[in-house]
Amino acid sequence: MPTPWIERQAAFIDHAVRAMGRRRTHQIGLWLVYTLLVFLLASVMLFAHALRHEARLLLQDAPELVVQRLEGGRHALISETHLQILHGIRGVGTITPRLWGYYYDPVSRANYTLMTPPANPPPPGQMTIGAGVSRVSGLTSGDLFSMPGSDGIKRTLVVRDLLSAASELVSSDLILMNAADLRPLLGIPAGWYTDVALTVAQPREVNKVAEKVMQRMPDARPIQRQELLRTYHALFDWREGILLTLLGVVLLAFAILVWDKASGLSADERREIGILKAIGWQTGEVLAMKLWEGTLVSMSAFLIGYVTAYVHVFVTPAPLIGAVLKGWAVLYPEFVLTPRVEGLQVLTLFFFTVFPFIAALVIPAWKAAITDPDAVMR
Amino acid sequence: MIELTGVSKIFNEGQPNAFPAVDGIDLLLPSGEVTLFTGPSGSGKTTLLTLIGCLAKPSMGRIRIDGQAVSGLPERFLTALRRTTFGFVFQKFNLIHGLSVLENVMLPAAPLGLPRQQVMRTAMEILEKLDLTRKAHARVEWLSGGEAQRTAMARALINRPRVVIADEPTANLDSRLGSAFLQIIADLRHDGHTVLISSHDPLVLHAPVVERVVTMRDGRIVERG
Ligand SMILES: Nc1ncnc2c1ncn2[C@@H]1O[C@H](COP(=O)(O)OP(=O)(O)O)[C@@H](O)[C@H]1O
Ligand SMILES: [Mg+2]
Repeated sequence: MPTPWIERQAAFIDHAVRAMGRRRTHQIGLWLVYTLLVFLLASVMLFAHALRHEARLLLQDAPELVVQRLEGGRHALISETHLQILHGIRGVGTITPRLWGYYYDPVSRANYTLMTPPANPPPPGQMTIGAGVSRVSGLTSGDLFSMPGSDGIKRTLVVRDLLSAASELVSSDLILMNAADLRPLLGIPAGWYTDVALTVAQPREVNKVAEKVMQRMPDARPIQRQELLRTYHALFDWREGILLTLLGVVLLAFAILVWDKASGLSADERREIGILKAIGWQTGEVLAMKLWEGTLVSMSAFLIGYVTAYVHVFVTPAPLIGAVLKGWAVLYPEFVLTPRVEGLQVLTLFFFTVFPFIAALVIPAWKAAITDPDAVMR
Repeated sequence: MIELTGVSKIFNEGQPNAFPAVDGIDLLLPSGEVTLFTGPSGSGKTTLLTLIGCLAKPSMGRIRIDGQAVSGLPERFLTALRRTTFGFVFQKFNLIHGLSVLENVMLPAAPLGLPRQQVMRTAMEILEKLDLTRKAHARVEWLSGGEAQRTAMARALINRPRVVIADEPTANLDSRLGSAFLQIIADLRHDGHTVLISSHDPLVLHAPVVERVVTMRDGRIVERG
C-alpha cells in the first residue's frame, strides 16, 4: 500500500524539517560550509577536466611534426628552398607551410594570434575572429579593426564572422585573415613562411624523420607533438596537484566538522530520540527521520554547490581558481571553457561529500535509538 | 489483563554496585481498572511502571499482557506495544520543545501512515476534551504545569491505547489541578481504559476513582488493597 508509506515519509520529513528549524543558526552554518566545500571541489574538478579535454583537442589537431628555423638562436623564416629540402626527405607525408604571428593590441591590452588558415582563408580585407578576441575587444561582425603593419602603415580589416569551435582554448585568441593581408602585417615577404607543419607517413617513425630533418637542415628545430603533450601534462598536473592539496585541507576541516557532529549528539537530541522511542517510534523510523534530515541538507548543499561551480567554471571565466589552473595559458586573452561534465566525477564527489555527512548524522542517532528508552521516565 | 510473575529489575547487574530496584514482584492487574502504586521515594514505582510499559526489560521474571508473554520479545515488538497498547504520561512530561501542543500530540501517530488530516482531527478532539483547544498552536515550552500535563495526556491518548500509565502525575500540580487530573482519570476509566498511576500524593491515594492500591517498599510489594 503506497499511500500509508507516503504519509509516513511525509510525517518523518515534516518532523525532520521542524527539528532542523529549531537549530536554525547551527544548521545554516553547517549548510553553508558544506555548500562551499562542494562548490570548491566541483570547481577544480570541472575546470581541470574541461581544460585537460581542451588541451587534448588542441594537440589532437596539432601536426605530428612542426619544423621551425633558428638563426643565431632566434626564430627565422622558412623559404621555398627549405621546403624543397623537406620534400626530399623520405618518410615525410604532406608539407604545409604556415603563416602566423602575434599581435599585441594596446587598446584591449591582449595578445592575439594572427594566422592564415591553410584552407579557405577569408577573402582579402576581411577577417574571422575567435570568441575571446570578440569578448576582449568588443568586435563583432561588420566592425572595422586597424592594425599597424611592420612598415608602420595601418591596415583596416572588416570582421566577417566569429569562429565557431568546439574548444575555446584553441580558438579564443585567433584572428584569421588572407595571406595578402597577413604578409604585410607581419613583414613576411612572398615565398617565405613562419614555419612548416609535416605529417609523417609512418607515425612510429616520427623520431627518425625528425633526425633526418636535423641532418639535412642544420638550422632547423623540429618539434614533435608528443613533446608538447608531455610538457602540457607535467605543468598542468603540477598545478592541479597544488589545488587539490589545498582542497584536501578544506576537506579535512569538513571531516572534523562531521566528526564533531558524529561524536556527540547534544543532550537535547538524545532526549528527543528517547522520547520518540518511548512513545512508540521504531528504531528504523527514527533513522528514517534522520535520513531525511541528512538527505535534505546534503542533497541541497550538493546540488547548489555543484550548479554554482558549473556556472563559475563554464559561464564566468572561473575567477576564483582560473588564475592558478590556467597559468600556462597566460598569453591568451580570457577564455571560457566549453562545458564538459563527467558522470564518474560527479559520482566521486557525491560519495565523498554526501555519504560521510549522512553517516555522521545517522550513526549516532542509531546508537541513541537502540538503547532502552526508560531513561526518559526519570 | 496484565500479569507479572517474579519480576525483578537489577541495575548494574553483575557489578559491585548492582541494585535491585524491583525485587520479585507477582501481580495481577485486571483490564479496565485504575491501580495506584504508592510508597516512599526510591521504592521502585517508576521502575516497575517502565517494565510494565515495555520501556525496559526485566532482569528476571515474566510479564504477560492479555496472555501474551512480552518480556522476551525483541525490541521491535516492544516498540509496537508502546505505540498501540500503552500511553505514557511521564513525570517530567517529556514534551518536545520547539513544537506546538498539536504537533507534540500528533507525534506518536506519525509512523502509522494515517492521513495527516485525520490524525489532526483526532488530536483536536482530544485537545478539546482536555480543554486545550485554545493552546493547540502554542509552543509547549510556554505552557503552565497543568497545560503541559494535559498535553502529555493528550499525546498518550492519540493512538487510543488500552493502558494509560501516569508516573507521579500530580507532582507538578497544585491541588485544584490535581483534582482536574483525577476527573480526567475518571473519564478514562469510564471509557474502558486500564489506568496505572504511581504517586505518593494523599490527594490521589484517597481519590474514589482509585480502585486498587499497591504499596511498595525497597522494590517489593508490602500491601495490596
Ligand atoms: N538507571 C539506574 N541505575 C541505577 N539505579 C537506579 C536507576 N534507576 C533507578 N535506580 C534506583 O532504583 C531505585 C528505585 O527507583 P524508582 O523506581 O525511580 O523509585 P520511585 O519511582 O519509587 O521513586 C532508586 O533507589 C533509584 O536510585
Ligand atoms: Mg518515581
